[in-house]
Amino acid sequence: MARFGMVIDTRKCVGCMDCVVACQTENDVPEGYCRDWITTEVRGTFPSLTMEIRSERCNHCDNPPCVYCCPTGASHVENFGKTVQVTANRCIGCKACVAACPYGARFINPKGYADKCTFCMHRVKEGKDPACVSVCPTRCMHFGDLDDPKSPVNELLRTRTHHTLLPEAGTKPRVYYLT
Amino acid sequence: MLEITTTRDNPMVDPSLHVWGWEIPVYLFVGGVVAGMMILAGIAMMRIARGEDPKGFFSIQTPLLGFMLLNVGMLALFLDLAHPLYVWAVYLTFEPMSPMSWGSWVLLIVYGVLLVSALIRLPDAWPWLGRRVPVLQKLSDTIVGRPGLMKALGWINVVLGVILGIYTGILLNTMVARPLWNTTILGPLFLVSGLSAGAAMIHLATRIFPGRPAPQGLIGGALASMVQTLGPQPPGKRTIDSIIRADLGFLAIELLLIGLLVIGLLTSSAVHADAAKLILGGPYTWIFWGGVVLVGILVPLALQALELGHRIPHTVVPAVLVLAGGFALRWVMVNAGQVSQFAQAAAG
Repeated sequence: MARFGMVIDTRKCVGCMDCVVACQTENDVPEGYCRDWITTEVRGTFPSLTMEIRSERCNHCDNPPCVYCCPTGASHVENFGKTVQVTANRCIGCKACVAACPYGARFINPKGYADKCTFCMHRVKEGKDPACVSVCPTRCMHFGDLDDPKSPVNELLRTRTHHTLLPEAGTKPRVYYLT
Repeated sequence: MLEITTTRDNPMVDPSLHVWGWEIPVYLFVGGVVAGMMILAGIAMMRIARGEDPKGFFSIQTPLLGFMLLNVGMLALFLDLAHPLYVWAVYLTFEPMSPMSWGSWVLLIVYGVLLVSALIRLPDAWPWLGRRVPVLQKLSDTIVGRPGLMKALGWINVVLGVILGIYTGILLNTMVARPLWNTTILGPLFLVSGLSAGAAMIHLATRIFPGRPAPQGLIGGALASMVQTLGPQPPGKRTIDSIIRADLGFLAIELLLIGLLVIGLLTSSAVHADAAKLILGGPYTWIFWGGVVLVGILVPLALQALELGHRIPHTVVPAVLVLAGGFALRWVMVNAGQVSQFAQAAAG
């Protein structure tokens, strides 16, 4: 069984926000909300600076605190691809998952339920890439099965240095950033 | 230097988390008070069963007051829900990893036990009801007349009270993303604070609704059973003193646990030490040390010690301060906890 993850090359990402717009269009994300976003991290003192641009979203963690805290099972790990998903008509809107996520990846949809990135499972089930990955003009985003040693994502993780976000939170995130 | 900018701007998440408003601190406070009252009422029931306190004054109507208070808490909890029409989904499953799921099921049992504990004494306070509903009178006679059943009900009250009191702290504690909450001391702290607030609520109720001959008839009797929360007989001075003495102990333990909470956070990882700064110089410093510790613990501790030593007359002031401090503790922890983040501290 697949275990989907994402590998994003921060050396190629220019922060154009195409992924953000593609996600909002594909998933009909309500205005004023976003399921993915761009974070820019600048280190150093001028003129000696380094910059990392990242396209961030739900990390579909292997150890997901949002799933553990959910009182109804609305937040769950789906068998297909082991992704973290929300069943809207089981969600009571208690907001525990929003508070439990160290990445701030969740929000409350104006309709009342918890909402977040789905890794575009509706597209993946049709054999397509997630919307954000498919539109990236620099091709810095890669989506695939982390359990398949021969998958392109694993090839990148094997050959390039990378990091995840807040590994110290113990959530075991599955979105990797190449550096 | 590190500078982080993000295009994320989701309501209630940015610039800092604020998903829970007044509703959750109100619920956590009321839940704590009810938990404390259940434990104290349970102990009183055991004393009744042993024949040590035949009137068992504060078990008589305390469950009824608890029942009414819990309704307020549950209303607050319901108002907090963003998808309230789906609230039934909580009772379609049991999620062992989710403190909220535990809490939901425990609350259901708490409701039942409070109702039984309240009903068995209701015919005393409201004879009209006992006459009209013989089943109730029979239930009351059965349980009150048998020390074994009374003792069992007392134990159930104590155990459920402990679970209810601790779970509210564990609920926050399990959220790894909020460093201020990442301490298991929150469970016992909320429990002891609930015991102290429960004792204060009982003390307050004895003063505000002292025993007097219950009015007769349907309306008068119903009103008396609701308002005269402690039954027709006013509690003796010794009993009141024992509540105050117990409260001194609870407040002292609460103070100790707050000390441990701060030490625990400060000596933990950088993110936790950073979270502790919210109450050590940060925006929640005054309300925490002034409101929770000084007004809610130290002042009532001193006043109650003086009252017991007959230096000053008994008043309801310490009880009111303890209740205010108990609410302030939940308010600070819920609000400051939401502000505390992993990312911010790690980046700083």
